[in-house]
Amino acid sequence: MNPFYKTLKQVSIFTQAGFPKLESLSDQLINLQESGVDFIEIGIPFSDPMADGPVIQHTSSIALENGMTLDLLFRQLTKVRDQITVPLVLMGYLNPVLQFGLGNFLGKCQELNIASLILPDLSYELYSARYAKVFQAYDVPLTFLITPATDDERVKKIATACRESFVYLVGQTSITGNGYLIDEAKQARYRELKALCGKTPLFLGFGIDSPQKRDQGFQECDGVIIGTAYLKSLAEGTSETFLENTIGLPTLIPPQKHR
Amino acid sequence: MKTVSYLETDTLGFYGDFGGAYVPELLRENVENLDRAFRSYCFTESFERDFTSLLNDYVGRPTPLYLAKRFSEKFGCPVYFKREDLCHTGAHKINNTIGQILLAKHMGKTDIVAETGAGQHGVATATVCALMGLNCIVYMGEKDIERQAPNVQRMKMLGAKVVPATSGSKTLKDATNEAIRHWINHTDAYYLIGSVVGPHPYPEMVAYFQSVISKEIGDQLIAKTGNRNPTKVIACVGGGSNAAGAFYHYYDQPEVELIAVEAAGLGIHSGKSAATSVLGSPGVLHGSFTLLMQDLGGQVIEPHSISAGLDYPGIGPLHAHTISTGRTKSFAVTDEEALEAALECSRLEGIIPALESAHALAVLHQIALTPNDCVIINLSGRGDKDMNTYQSEIQLQTDES
Ligand SMILES: Cc1ncc(COP(=O)(O)O)c(C=O)c1O
Repeated sequence: MNPFYKTLKQVSIFTQAGFPKLESLSDQLINLQESGVDFIEIGIPFSDPMADGPVIQHTSSIALENGMTLDLLFRQLTKVRDQITVPLVLMGYLNPVLQFGLGNFLGKCQELNIASLILPDLSYELYSARYAKVFQAYDVPLTFLITPATDDERVKKIATACRESFVYLVGQTSITGNGYLIDEAKQARYRELKALCGKTPLFLGFGIDSPQKRDQGFQECDGVIIGTAYLKSLAEGTSETFLENTIGLPTLIPPQKHR
Repeated sequence: MKTVSYLETDTLGFYGDFGGAYVPELLRENVENLDRAFRSYCFTESFERDFTSLLNDYVGRPTPLYLAKRFSEKFGCPVYFKREDLCHTGAHKINNTIGQILLAKHMGKTDIVAETGAGQHGVATATVCALMGLNCIVYMGEKDIERQAPNVQRMKMLGAKVVPATSGSKTLKDATNEAIRHWINHTDAYYLIGSVVGPHPYPEMVAYFQSVISKEIGDQLIAKTGNRNPTKVIACVGGGSNAAGAFYHYYDQPEVELIAVEAAGLGIHSGKSAATSVLGSPGVLHGSFTLLMQDLGGQVIEPHSISAGLDYPGIGPLHAHTISTGRTKSFAVTDEEALEAALECSRLEGIIPALESAHALAVLHQIALTPNDCVIINLSGRGDKDMNTYQSEIQLQTDES
């Protein structure tokens, strides 16, 4: 059963392991779960996050300064794992994963029942040609990104590859944290992409910074992923209000259109 | 142009184990368009004609192959300098920017973005943008803006916008991150990368544009000596573009020794070094799988070199491949040795080299040479941009002694 498949629209939060404090992760996971998120993405910090804007660059470098490593991240997760029931996703650049050892890493993920992995700089092509065997040996599903510019055939291939997880739609070609307008033209493309993904859930992310954007995201996609805006609120000490406003109540969600 | 095995990439852009295009989906279309345009345009007669005519009439090619007499006497064998320092703008970097700007124009691009370390690539980019009437943005580490002030002024005079990179070590690595981010946000911009690094097809493309260096060396050497092949070709390696250009036509000539010189900074194991092939291990940075300096957790280590152009934690995948297979030998030269070599070259040959090129010169003191050797040093750039550093560092040393 695909744990990301639900009939209701979903909200996922991206948080950064090791931010703001080295030991913040466990409390955050519990807190996010209590506030009603549908699944949680845990960011693995990297020194050179080339697809990230200033906010995630900052949280990533603070996490590294605090001493966060993959090893520690796994230890923290092991301790808190039995208290978390929502699906957990790990997201990070490939290099720290390769240095940890891809096999070791996947073994740990399997042990901790990680529902999916997002490794943005591992393309579908490289994955298929060079890494798929290892991934399949550990049975940890990958999530690939698409953008509105990804061509239809590729979207279909990616959706098939992600059938046990989800497809991550970057709503506009830009680094994280650039809030963008979701206009009708974008919605029209999102609608096409949703259809191309078939049964694989499609979540919209990289620019969701308000309840309005969330609702716009709900229009065509199965849910939204919020990263920068949440981390910003965390840094400003306003995350509680942010979560209340953003996660909202499932009953308030507008009925599905275009299905 | 004949393709040789060391230079061949597979369909995913790997030289052996190294290379590829490790880019997020956000850059996929850009990289694919670039690859398509490169292959369909850069091997045509029309490109060849425009490229060659600009290299000859604008850059000032062919650059001389100069027999450095006093160096030859000192080291006991013929030592030739390939005078890339005499290129317009003062370094080899412009060979690549001419090639890429023609490609950018062919692709209909109007906005050019680049990263720079020493500022030589930034100047070379600003220059060709002015020449073609295109907009130019150059990202440069805040620390490099300080130590290479004359080049910042040149870029500005040429009409480029220089944007400081303030993250991380505030040097070339971070400028590269910023340039890539800019490219993600502005997919219609052309990213004009400055070395044989980055995602496929950049390493292959930049090496191809720089290959004019070894092509000329062969022609010039045969005219001077009757022999096309030297025994050794020596070049410094930051990302590795001048080395790739100087080695290019020699990769498949096993009798020619290829020597890549990296910056050892304060000493290879001092913790302040940029000697990637010694200290590095395989990993992914800036879109390719290559050798890079990193800690056990895979975080990239901030390098150090007195030379801004060598202050980079990785090397191009072609070099990672040829060094790890033993085709290319790598050496490391400290800040101090480079300064001494710069002074030596100035005093013996009347040529003030760039700090980067001084690293290549310094390796003559580390390798065994016999009278049967014939050595080519790729003098990648001139020292104008480094006068501040030379003044303070060399002054200091004579004061001390
Ligand atoms: C004169 C000179 N030589 C060498 C380099 C190093 O670059 P690469 O290794 O790509 O030749 C630079 C870079 O700025 C340079 O300015």
